[in-house]
Amino acid sequence: MLKCRTVWKKLAPLARASSTLCRQNVRRAGLNNGRIVRAPAAQMSTGPAGGGGENQIYVVLVGAVCLGGAAYAYHTLKGDQKRYEERMAELLSRPHLRGAEKTAVPTESEPPAEEATETEAVPEPEPEAAPSPEEPSSPVPEAEAASSSKTTEPLPALESTPASPKVPSHTPYLLIGGGTASFAAARSIRARDPGAKVLIVTDEPDLPYMRPPLSKELWFSDDPSVTETLRFKQWNGKERSIYFQPPSFYINPEDLDSAENGGVAVLTGKKVIHMDVRGNKVKLDDNTEISYDKCLIATGGVPRNLQAIERAGEEVMKRTTLFRKIEDFKSLEKVSRNIKSITIIGGGFLGSELACALGRRSTDSGLEVIQMYPEKGNMGKVLPEYLSNWTTEKVKKEGVKIISEALVKSVTCKDDKLEIQLKDGRLVKTDHIVAAVGLEPNVDLAKSAGLEVDSDFGGYRVNAELQARSNIWVAGDAACFYDIRLGRRRVEHHDHAVVSGRLAGENMTGASKPYWHQSMFWSDLGPDVGYEAIGIVDSSLPTVGVFAKATAKDTPKAATEKSGTGIRSESETEDTAVSPVASSTPTPAVEQHKDNYGKGVIFYLRDKVVVGIILWNVFNRMPIARKIIKDGEEHADLNEVAKLFNIHED
Amino acid sequence: MSYCRQEGKDRIIFVTKEDHETPSNAELIADDPNDPYEEQGLILPNGDINWNCPCLGGMASGPCGSQFKEAFSCFHYSKEEVKGSECIDYFRNMQECMQRYPELYPQEEDKDSSTQAESDTGSASAAPTEGSALSPETDATPSTSDVSSDSVSPTDSQTAS
Repeated sequence: MLKCRTVWKKLAPLARASSTLCRQNVRRAGLNNGRIVRAPAAQMSTGPAGGGGENQIYVVLVGAVCLGGAAYAYHTLKGDQKRYEERMAELLSRPHLRGAEKTAVPTESEPPAEEATETEAVPEPEPEAAPSPEEPSSPVPEAEAASSSKTTEPLPALESTPASPKVPSHTPYLLIGGGTASFAAARSIRARDPGAKVLIVTDEPDLPYMRPPLSKELWFSDDPSVTETLRFKQWNGKERSIYFQPPSFYINPEDLDSAENGGVAVLTGKKVIHMDVRGNKVKLDDNTEISYDKCLIATGGVPRNLQAIERAGEEVMKRTTLFRKIEDFKSLEKVSRNIKSITIIGGGFLGSELACALGRRSTDSGLEVIQMYPEKGNMGKVLPEYLSNWTTEKVKKEGVKIISEALVKSVTCKDDKLEIQLKDGRLVKTDHIVAAVGLEPNVDLAKSAGLEVDSDFGGYRVNAELQARSNIWVAGDAACFYDIRLGRRRVEHHDHAVVSGRLAGENMTGASKPYWHQSMFWSDLGPDVGYEAIGIVDSSLPTVGVFAKATAKDTPKAATEKSGTGIRSESETEDTAVSPVASSTPTPAVEQHKDNYGKGVIFYLRDKVVVGIILWNVFNRMPIARKIIKDGEEHADLNEVAKLFNIHED
Repeated sequence: MSYCRQEGKDRIIFVTKEDHETPSNAELIADDPNDPYEEQGLILPNGDINWNCPCLGGMASGPCGSQFKEAFSCFHYSKEEVKGSECIDYFRNMQECMQRYPELYPQEEDKDSSTQAESDTGSASAAPTEGSALSPETDATPSTSDVSSDSVSPTDSQTAS
């Protein structure tokens, strides 16, 4: 834009001035794209200005230069467009190939043919355009038409194969992503809109399932076929599957349109690659289009990896697990049986839970379990330092070798063993690595859909009602939302996925409610340490902890036994009125409390207001904690607030 | 006697049972039962049924959702002397539907869901395992009297109840 303006400014006075200057500037300007428009104007202005033979030569020269420049610019533009078309065709051919590989064997002969035809279509435009810069327009549309017809040809072939289901072309409710948030939304929509037809599209092969047991209960199962059944027994003996619902709950995608009372259909193994917000439709990786009335984006995220591992090459990547999905659990479970040493990088929730789970196994199998992280102690970014240190000691008791304040410099593979070089010089040798270093929210659709991505927290930016734009909502790990009480945030916990999914479902059916019911989260580090938390729990905030000494009754094991559920967000609804039992053990002397943080309540403060609470080995008190955060009041004495929790009782 | 310690920005207080025996003087704001933002229990303030209540599990959203909604609505609004006596057909439809999905609605003995509903104040463990679809909501209503508002949104249990 600026170039055009400067060119125009230069041209205008010069057009009136001598023709020599005009010619020079025109030649200079010829290098810009703006040329195309300016050239004719220059020509016209030099024409009548001068007179006589000299001027005519200049006119001819100027004219020739203009034409040449125009042709060059046009050619460049068309070349760019061609390069773009090539790139798009190439991108399309890739998922095309993957999609083709997934279908049954008979179609395997097709993918090489498809790819060949597509790559053929692409080089065609180039030789056609090269010879004649003056007429690039006619061959290019032809080639484009040719390439697009070639891409559509393989499609009917793919669709005719028995393995790929017929996808509805329109669905009133489209949920992108098949995880916890999506399922909660589906349920919410079905509850509120009678006969609703909901289509869930997921790139995973599995139906919606819950993630917490993948790093906890499934590892404690005695059942050798647990990797197949994915069922786990809770402490009280009650068994459940990690899948939210068995397959009979869902209907087939092809039956969705005709279902009288609607239903929830799950389309597995398909990825949404493009979103057209103006047209209210999405495009899948096999080029099918689905239009929608209301859409939810619940794409979750992808585990982050360390740069040191990514740089290290295939041998190291082969021996690294990025833990998130069912298939990761299956492969890690298998691997952990056949190796001598495993290292978990990361000291947060996932890392610590996996370390404890594997550490438990190590007592039987002799597996060496190492956990390394840059912080001083486990959960260093969540728990205040004293509690983090205490937790680290507990994790060590689970059989885990802790290497704290460890920054990974490089990883190499030598003689089938991995060597992790730390920045302070320490060397750790191990057989397998599990990287639990965070989650990268999946915002692939932001570009095509024109959705805002948050620069502070990552994820799609949505308002307090979880809406990104009209008819588009985002929930779960991928949503950076405005929390009326606590400010803008992005939460990566299970209960938040449920709460936000439910809320999005409600709003998709006309509710317009903001995020208000605060979600909670929990973690267990072995059978002796468990906590539930709510709100902003960041160790950089000032905290006030109120502790009592724990009795045998105050353990996660006891909590699940009483409430009958291992998914502790459910314990509130499942809870029955149990009158508190007075502690029979005599109150121990104060000196014994010094380093024993058996049970208590920790308040996280921001500007003297409680924004987060951890219930440490104190269970079934979450409603009180939620209330305190909801009030958002300044309390002068937090010990008085702590009294509300009755920490000494069960 | 309570014991207090400061570690940098973190404060640690150890309290005995006696320390916490006196009632708390912390002030909590009274809850507004008609707050539109709050999660509602099974029955909304205007008397309607909240089909999205977590206490219902997947009952209203599953394959037999519409039959369940019809049956339960009929029961809820019934003004008969024997509540729900005119709703037998709806309940029968619902049961027939549920029998088609034994995986989702496990069948137990003596399955008369309407009569079970009222009498079953049931413990938590009874509710999900028995096929009795209506018992869970009786748990939800007492919980609204709690300090905070009611039920948190749980994930689904393996059965649809």
